[in-house]
Amino acid sequence: MEYFLELFFGGLTRGSIYALIALGYTMVYGIIELINFAHGEIYMIGAFTGLIVAGVLTAMGFPALAILAVALVVAVVYCSAYGYTMEKIAYKPLRGANRLSPLISAIGMSIFLQNYVLLAQTPNFLPFPNLIGEFEFMEDYAHILGSANLVIILVTAAAMVALTLFIKYTRMGRAMRATAQNRKMAMLLGVNVDAVISLTFIIGSSLAAIGGVLIACHTGQINITIGFIAGIKAFTAAVLGGVGSIPGAMLGALVLGFTESFATGYISSDYEDVFAFGLLVLILIFRPSGLLGKAPTQKV
Amino acid sequence: MLELKNVNAHYGAIQALRDVSIRIDQGEIITLIGANGAGKTTTLMAICGIVPPSSGTITFEGKAIQGQPPDRIVPLGISQVPEGRLIFPELTVIENLNMGAFLRDDKPEIKRDMDYIFDLFPVLAERGTQRGGTLSGGEQQMLAISRALMSRPRLLLLDEPSLGLAPLVIRQIFEIIVKINKERGTTIFLVEQNANLALKTAHRGYVMEVGRITMSDSAQNLLADEGVKKAYLGLT
Ligand SMILES: Nc1ncnc2c1ncn2[C@@H]1O[C@H](COP(=O)(O)OP(=O)(O)O)[C@@H](O)[C@H]1O
Ligand SMILES: [Mg+2]
Repeated sequence: MEYFLELFFGGLTRGSIYALIALGYTMVYGIIELINFAHGEIYMIGAFTGLIVAGVLTAMGFPALAILAVALVVAVVYCSAYGYTMEKIAYKPLRGANRLSPLISAIGMSIFLQNYVLLAQTPNFLPFPNLIGEFEFMEDYAHILGSANLVIILVTAAAMVALTLFIKYTRMGRAMRATAQNRKMAMLLGVNVDAVISLTFIIGSSLAAIGGVLIACHTGQINITIGFIAGIKAFTAAVLGGVGSIPGAMLGALVLGFTESFATGYISSDYEDVFAFGLLVLILIFRPSGLLGKAPTQKV
Repeated sequence: MLELKNVNAHYGAIQALRDVSIRIDQGEIITLIGANGAGKTTTLMAICGIVPPSSGTITFEGKAIQGQPPDRIVPLGISQVPEGRLIFPELTVIENLNMGAFLRDDKPEIKRDMDYIFDLFPVLAERGTQRGGTLSGGEQQMLAISRALMSRPRLLLLDEPSLGLAPLVIRQIFEIIVKINKERGTTIFLVEQNANLALKTAHRGYVMEVGRITMSDSAQNLLADEGVKKAYLGLT
């Protein structure tokens, strides 16, 4: 039973991180039908931003949890600026071009960002300080649910609730849904579609930044390739849930996280990726539009 | 109220509008009729700022609006019910209506307009929390008109509101259009392929052929015109 719970919370933690990244893919796809291949790099840049903030503030003697809070805020702001700028220079000029052009541009952006961080930092793994530490009240349960896992799960849950409320109940959230469903009509009603697209990139980048800082605390090391690997997994989660669907991305991420955790725990850890992508193939065979995705309709 | 002068518009190399000039006065119902592909929809999209004209002027109440983005044009009091209705299928009826008021922030007045609409179309009040995509064609057209009214337009543009609807529903929709014109003093610019119905509803009309205005007259005269009868009324 304890082993089961350990795997359960392990899966929930993985799923949380996947969800934070997958939302960026799915929201951008929902609005402009682009797979933003550079999205994983934003997550990686978030982790590096966290590392720099942690380095500076640790030297100044701040307590770990305060540093974590500041690192999250700085990473969110910094990555938002990256996401916003990326859309303006790499995707906006290609709007209206054929579908392949922005895709190529996204791949180019991904390669550029990785190499840019490579030059600014180093290709090696860098140690990341454990800003979360071990909570005393969790001591008895630490073998099932580590403190870092707990923080990841709680912060992700809070972010998901906030995002859902925003999308469902605010004026801009409604405008985002309307724009995703029919861009021309949203424009006719006076929605500034450029602003909606920018906002989508900012939200997606913010969530990825949170994921980047949190996972770095958990694994204790980062390098420039973490964005690529996590990005592919999160993209898988988005497709699994139905790309374009926000609840779908959350569900797909959890399903993927649990599958990996239980399959590696009960079967073998050598084939983690085989289980993940095997699941993807299975779902795409039986539900081509993903768990919560809409069957493709023609867009006008 | 609205005046188009020598408006030209292009889609890439294709010229869709050629020297189009149209005048609409306050309180009128004006119709624009023409065959499929004549350029009627493009005319409305040029007015709303979706297809900016390549040359010519569009003035609304003395203000030049050509080339302005839609979010500058809607607040002036122009609103469109587009061809095919373009209801947001996953938004509820109420959310669709709220999208119509996107640029307004006078909450009590928005509420009043919504009550007016539920009075006009009681069926929309019943369907309030239902998703737009689940409504019938007629109900969707009512919702599209209502959504356009939520911006409090003084000029309402309608693109083929009769398209694909049963005769009984069409009659109901057209009665409401006339009612909106009479009760609220809303000026109406009605694009139709159903020329007979449009000319019986409107005060004046324009005829469009391959991007050009070829005729303009009172609705009565157009209904009686031999050329119009032959080409658009299916009479010989
Ligand atoms: N998005 C578009 N891209 C290219 N050509 C278009 C587009 N929309 C309309 N057209 C062309 O412009 C002309 C006028 O079309 P439209 O304004 O839709 O006519 P109508 O509404 O009278 O049927 C047609 O020849 C049509 O093929
Ligand atoms: Mg048309």
